[in-house]
Amino acid sequence: MGFDYAPAPESRAVVDIKGSYGLFINGEFTPTIDGTTFKSINPATEEVLAEITAAGSSDVDRAVAAARTAYETTWGRMPGAVRAKYLYRIARLIAERSRELAVLESIDNGKPIRESRDVDIPLVSAHFFYYAGWADKLGYAGFGADPRPIGVAAQVIPWNFPLLMLAWKIAPALACGNTVVLKPAETTPLTALLFAEICQQADLPPGVVNIITGAGETGRMLVEHPDVDKIAFTGSTAVGRAIAKSIAGTRKRLTLELGGKAANIVFDDAPIDQAVEGIVNGIFFNQGHVCCAGSRLLVQESIAPDVLDALKRRMALLRVGDPLDKNTDVGAINSAEQLSRIRELTDAGSAEGADAWSAPCELPDQGFWFRPTIFTGVSQAHRIAREEIFGPVLSVLTFRTPAEAIEKANNTPYGLSAGIWTDKGSRILAVADKLRAGVVWANTFNKFDPTSPFGGYKESGYGREGGRHGLEAYLAH
Amino acid sequence: MKTYKLFIGGGFPRSESGRSYVVTSVAGTHLANAALASRKDVRDAVVAARAAVAGWSGTTAYNRGQVLYRVAEMLESRRDQFISQVRATEGGSAVAASSLVDAAIDRWVWYAGWTDKISQVYGNANPVAGPYFNLSSPEPTGIVGVIAPADSSLLGLVSVIAPAIAVGNTVIVLASDDRPLPAVTLAEVLATSDLPGGVVNVLTGHITETAPILAAHMDVNAIDLTGVADADLATSLEVAAAENLKRVIRPPADGVDWTVEPGVERMTALLETKTVWHPKGM
Repeated sequence: MGFDYAPAPESRAVVDIKGSYGLFINGEFTPTIDGTTFKSINPATEEVLAEITAAGSSDVDRAVAAARTAYETTWGRMPGAVRAKYLYRIARLIAERSRELAVLESIDNGKPIRESRDVDIPLVSAHFFYYAGWADKLGYAGFGADPRPIGVAAQVIPWNFPLLMLAWKIAPALACGNTVVLKPAETTPLTALLFAEICQQADLPPGVVNIITGAGETGRMLVEHPDVDKIAFTGSTAVGRAIAKSIAGTRKRLTLELGGKAANIVFDDAPIDQAVEGIVNGIFFNQGHVCCAGSRLLVQESIAPDVLDALKRRMALLRVGDPLDKNTDVGAINSAEQLSRIRELTDAGSAEGADAWSAPCELPDQGFWFRPTIFTGVSQAHRIAREEIFGPVLSVLTFRTPAEAIEKANNTPYGLSAGIWTDKGSRILAVADKLRAGVVWANTFNKFDPTSPFGGYKESGYGREGGRHGLEAYLAH
Repeated sequence: MKTYKLFIGGGFPRSESGRSYVVTSVAGTHLANAALASRKDVRDAVVAARAAVAGWSGTTAYNRGQVLYRVAEMLESRRDQFISQVRATEGGSAVAASSLVDAAIDRWVWYAGWTDKISQVYGNANPVAGPYFNLSSPEPTGIVGVIAPADSSLLGLVSVIAPAIAVGNTVIVLASDDRPLPAVTLAEVLATSDLPGGVVNVLTGHITETAPILAAHMDVNAIDLTGVADADLATSLEVAAAENLKRVIRPPADGVDWTVEPGVERMTALLETKTVWHPKGM
């Protein structure tokens, strides 16, 4: 017997998307000097949402200059307690406008409204609230008695959690007394531009936050700008590597939060229903567009058939569709480009001999969609076991002994996150010790909090965002 | 004239290239010969360091502290030899050299005391907004390549090695080109101090030849460029290190006063923070 849900659409009325947007520099929206424009679209419907500016090199110069002036004349010398008040105010405004931000995020990104409403936007407000409280307590943070800011921070963020990634970058930077120039991702600029309005609403001094939209070229110009003191980048390992090379021999500081290919390890004593929820959350939350996604399931051989049966039953109940429908579990893929990358890798998976199974679901005609998919019969050598797919695709491998699970889990150049599912406490702690990953979720997955440091080992990057550790990147040594 | 060897995997092999070079005192006299490390020696040292990392990072912090303290005791028992060697290498008075050697011993003792405290200072629980246990703990990054200070042949040397291994890393040290002898003597001390083989590996030679191999090696996790005085070389090493995203300690912008208490940054730069979550519930 089927269980049909009537559509439950969230209203778009709360959102007011302008026809076109300029750049937010020195406290105001301003047209480009030498840039171009491009369109931002809704990935669920392919409708054009707005015309966005791609900042040119003179725009980047202006933005960095505005940040430098604000750092030297205003923000860098402001007492921490006063900086805190601005950040608390911003946190409050985000909470007040949270429905508007959530709807806008889902429209621009493709993620389900339940996620943007219940996960993304609340975490954004919480991030500003948490770091507001650090602004006048930096001497207690363990980085010296009177730590100073670094200066101007260039920040480039990805499209998967647009406003949350913005919060992870801007909140600690400002709390420590730095000023910022941030470039949101090309496909998801709208919530960053609305955040700029919130900065105006909060009376944030001009130049403290500058938002310059654009694509890869704008980002490159920004991080290579000579008057930038610190760079924070979240995105692909390939670009992170290029940035690390470009700053060699300079005094620019860098933190990187890059890709991952996390192992989600299920032992034979794990409660199966809970583990299946954890597996599903691990790879299908946010359409798998998550750097720390549990994209490799390592399941103990003895329970593999039962786990896979339960997983498929659960996947068949996932609702893929309109991101603004409150019933939706899995939304749209963020762009045509990302969809074609996912297809390329899943084609490779089948070509290399793994077996694909996809949730049986109807997909809308318009927009970019991919059915939640698992591959079984995967070996460590397969591309789908080694390369980050960044989509709702799970590669399933098996193991016999805990030592084998650990070795397979660590057998990757990445090291961002990992999952452990078992009932045995001593095993949780022993396995967590041995996993070379910056975040280890045991009997849970994809949990985030402003107080909790996040970041990777090895080629997943360096530096931590969140918590006391997240201050280190924004303080001078 | 004695030819000193390399220190790899707890043993003292010659360079596989068979080469050596002349080490002179600051006054120009021929002090000794030292092995001239080759690219293959660097790769062999990385293999030794990797083999040692699981054991060394797996020992208890208490045990590491005891081993480091033993090293300090052994340094002290060879104090006179170090004083005359530092004096011959760096020049200066006997009093100055004694002061440097004593500072090096004290520095080693200081780091011995950090092994079981750094995680209390640098790690912490996190009060997440939900029923979860959440703990952030520092772990060693793995293998660290260290280019030792060019001038400060013992105090500076100790100050770049001790923090790396105190927190559980293993290291490959490229000794100062011109002032390698205290590093060789230090290696002899380490070999007799219960430090497991491979935890510290010391290569003498020319950093222009060996540092690029170390910086580009895909199984090295971090590189400390402290001793690289040439800006172009430092830049090219940092570029090479980016290939596998090594953690990089850049050369100091200004001269370093090695007698000043160092702070914790040489340890925290070589630590990774791991955050573990677990739900709480009846």
